[in-house]
Amino acid sequence: MNALNDKSRSSWRGFHEGKWTQTIDVRDFIQKNYTPYEGDSAFLKGATVQTLALWEKLGELLKKERAKGVLDVSADVGSSITAHDPGYIDRGLEIVVGLQTDAPLKRAIFPNGGLRLVKNSLSAYGFTLAPAVEEAYTRYRKDHNQGVFDVYSAEILACRKAGIITGLPDAYGRGRIIGDYRRVALYGADRLIEDKQREKTELDSSDFVENDLRSREELSEQIRALGELKTMASSYGFDVSKPAANAHEAVQWVYFAYLAAIKEQNGAAMSLGRVSTFLDIYFQRDLDEGTLTEEEAQELVDQLVIKLRIVRFLRTPEYDQLFSGDPTWVTEAIGGMGEDGRTLVTLSSFRFLHTLKTLGPAPEPNLTVLWSQTLPPGFKAFCALTSIETSSIQYENDDLMRPQWGDDYAIACCVSAMRVGKQMQFFGARVNLAKAVLYAVNGGVDEVSGAKVAQGFEPITSDTLDYTTVTQRLDKVLDWLAGTYIKALNSIHYMHDKYHYERLEMALHDRDILRTMACGIAGLSVASDSLSAIRYARVKPLRNEKGIAVDFTIEGTYPAFGNNDDKADELASGLVTTFMEKLRAHKTYRESVVTQSVLTITSNVVYGKKTGNTPDGRRAGEPFAPGANPMNGRDEKGFIAAGASVAKIPYASALDGISWTASATPGALGRVREDRTKNLASCLDGYCEAGGFHLNANVLNRETLLDAMKHPELYPQLTIRVSGYAVNFIKLTREQQLDVISRTFHTKV
Amino acid sequence: MIMETSHSSILEKSRRWGYVHSVETGAAVDGPGLRYMLFVSGCNFQCLYCHNCDTWTSRPEQKKDVGSVLEDIAKYVPFLRKAGGLTISGGEPLTQPDFVGEIFRQVKRRWNLHTALDTQGSLASQVPDEWFNPVDLVLLDIKHIDSARHRELTGQGNEATLETAQRLNRLGKALWIRYVMVPGWTDAAADAERLADFIKPLTMVQRVEVLPFHQLGAHKWHDLGRPYALETTKPPEPAAVELIRDAFRSRGLTVY
Repeated sequence: MNALNDKSRSSWRGFHEGKWTQTIDVRDFIQKNYTPYEGDSAFLKGATVQTLALWEKLGELLKKERAKGVLDVSADVGSSITAHDPGYIDRGLEIVVGLQTDAPLKRAIFPNGGLRLVKNSLSAYGFTLAPAVEEAYTRYRKDHNQGVFDVYSAEILACRKAGIITGLPDAYGRGRIIGDYRRVALYGADRLIEDKQREKTELDSSDFVENDLRSREELSEQIRALGELKTMASSYGFDVSKPAANAHEAVQWVYFAYLAAIKEQNGAAMSLGRVSTFLDIYFQRDLDEGTLTEEEAQELVDQLVIKLRIVRFLRTPEYDQLFSGDPTWVTEAIGGMGEDGRTLVTLSSFRFLHTLKTLGPAPEPNLTVLWSQTLPPGFKAFCALTSIETSSIQYENDDLMRPQWGDDYAIACCVSAMRVGKQMQFFGARVNLAKAVLYAVNGGVDEVSGAKVAQGFEPITSDTLDYTTVTQRLDKVLDWLAGTYIKALNSIHYMHDKYHYERLEMALHDRDILRTMACGIAGLSVASDSLSAIRYARVKPLRNEKGIAVDFTIEGTYPAFGNNDDKADELASGLVTTFMEKLRAHKTYRESVVTQSVLTITSNVVYGKKTGNTPDGRRAGEPFAPGANPMNGRDEKGFIAAGASVAKIPYASALDGISWTASATPGALGRVREDRTKNLASCLDGYCEAGGFHLNANVLNRETLLDAMKHPELYPQLTIRVSGYAVNFIKLTREQQLDVISRTFHTKV
Repeated sequence: MIMETSHSSILEKSRRWGYVHSVETGAAVDGPGLRYMLFVSGCNFQCLYCHNCDTWTSRPEQKKDVGSVLEDIAKYVPFLRKAGGLTISGGEPLTQPDFVGEIFRQVKRRWNLHTALDTQGSLASQVPDEWFNPVDLVLLDIKHIDSARHRELTGQGNEATLETAQRLNRLGKALWIRYVMVPGWTDAAADAERLADFIKPLTMVQRVEVLPFHQLGAHKWHDLGRPYALETTKPPEPAAVELIRDAFRSRGLTVY
């Protein structure tokens, strides 16, 4: 835009100009205009009466929802940005408006992702699909799920069934894409449409071969989606075609943009991005102009967060069991340092974390602190204290990510860093490494079903497992697994782009972006401890009548992962590096760059259920450790040693993130509050310095959790962190609750 | 009882090895900040309420030389330097004074970490004053102020421990006094007051920690097949703990 129009001029009043005034460049705007804050939390104010009244009103609805599982569904129409009339919780109390459907907690359906899942979910909760929707998706158009299953091979289906490749986003939205929702506030939709037109016109001179045409069609869809965003916002009485002119509008515009995304997509993880420091610029301007008070600033943040807490998608009960309740991963990345050495912490970084106090703890939005050793001490102390009081924060190592992704990245889902508006990922769920070890022993035969899943492998028949033999076989199994896995992911993402494209989210990206293929592994500590047992102890398989090794005896002891013992830790790091190399060997859809995560979310319980006895001594059905955690109870040297082991896993081979969950009782962190706060901050500094990537910090009493199992009604907001996100403890299945409790509470006796 | 190391072995000089029960990294209540805890084996007390009774005896497989202990501590030095330090506990560390003393000396000389000794003090008379030079802080457990009750509780009188307290105070060694509050044993306000009167003149005492008895170590007694006298003892009520803390506070002491 060469000449600023009047509206832009007045919306941008007082801002320092820069590259951002000429091109779409939110980072440049932030860098030129934000105010770093190095102080403490003393300035914070509580929630306003109006906010508390709204929160209370919602509390009644949430209670009803908990009792029913799903409060209501809009089963008459496939969701889109403009499918629903405006909805309110209580119009008189809402300062930030907009709901996914026309009523709070009423869930939408997304048939583009897969009609099958929509029908299953509806029937599970006693709702019926409107015949017109069913007809449209059976007679006139196809969905993502159908597309994927049209191309899957028999081998992929067998892997899926056996649970060696699992959690694939082939029946609903893939998620993990973060629109740069800030762009709508800073530039207004019209300016963004204009820029997308430019991007499209630039392609007029291309050859119009497949890639060019795909881009052109996508850009047209993006432009259409931005138009729909304007329509949706105007139905609530706001004009987002122009930039936001004050703090209230900035919050509202960002939320409308995000809302449009979740009206269009039901992805497994729908992150918000990194908005707090961006919004702080607007708050600061209004505070300086005397049009906003601190109470009102907190009120805006609280009201936004209330909306983020009630993001809902319709899932099947099986999905909820896998992921413990209703996760949406509305992840907001907070804090971190700038490339120029200034902290990106602002007053609003505090305000967002403060919602855990003003509104009480909650799993969503998934508040993620980008931790750096050089963060201001006041912010460190506030984070640690908030963690101790709420267990609702996750930490990720900014010092590790900044050199890789710059200083304007956000976190998709739990641990996946990406430059906002410049990068997306193809979400790839994960493979079960523990099962892969068993396939190496059993020649590709599944130990639970007895089915031959991997062709061309022979079982090991010796009485004692020989380390060299097992690792040679495992290497071949991993070759096969990596190949099959990438084929499955290529199928999924080709079809998702075709049938369930993220029009609005991608409209809030540059045209030319980095795409990653985000693979993942589960059961790392089980697999590496199995290798350690085979190497350092004597492991003898016990075979059934079909010759399948269904159990193992271990003579002697072996070093386990999680004790800062290189002998064991090298095996875990080796598995991560090896599998990464194997994944990289394959061609990927849209030339995406392969990455990998060590993350299970809560599915460590379900993966464990599907996996037989393993050579490390883990019993069949027993949960895996979550993420990159050491196996439950095997980390005998305390949590600094455990963290040191996890920190050795090379980030370069797991650029999509490495998750560690640690729990401690308050008493184990120190005798008094000041000690606890200081010690937790020291732990975070130490872990980051050692190269650790991610930490879920739970500070809880075992007694509290046991009591919450008995009396869930007394703990509606009890939140714990599990491998990358937070959950309501009372929404976990009993098995998951017991798993959490039995998992190492690092209580010193 | 099974004691492979007799107390006479503590007289064995220039010993470069000792018995290590276990290690815990990141303990937060045994000295300032986060500690590398080295639990050594062997104790000359047999406290009825001991929550680490598995550390009373040493077993051959626990034998470690000073070098390998230091090698493990070395992994945490950058962290400990900022976050806390080393605490040697047990068992009773002074059953192995040469081994423990050598570790303290080396840790000070090589890395200058903050060091703490967690002891009941009864064996301190066997080491010279210089032994304490590389120790920054002593966590001194006084089990009971009345020697007869102390004997019932631990198997020995308290004279040596009280003497150690006064000696360390004279040496200018920072002291944290620890007092475990066990219902029926150490919960009388009068006893706490007597102990507070004893501590009051010790100017090097920085804090008194009143630790409520708990049952988290009960399983260790069961596992080892030892008769556990406090089977039915309940942890004290928080209000009762505060009363005992008040006894110390009333003497102007800093109490946790």
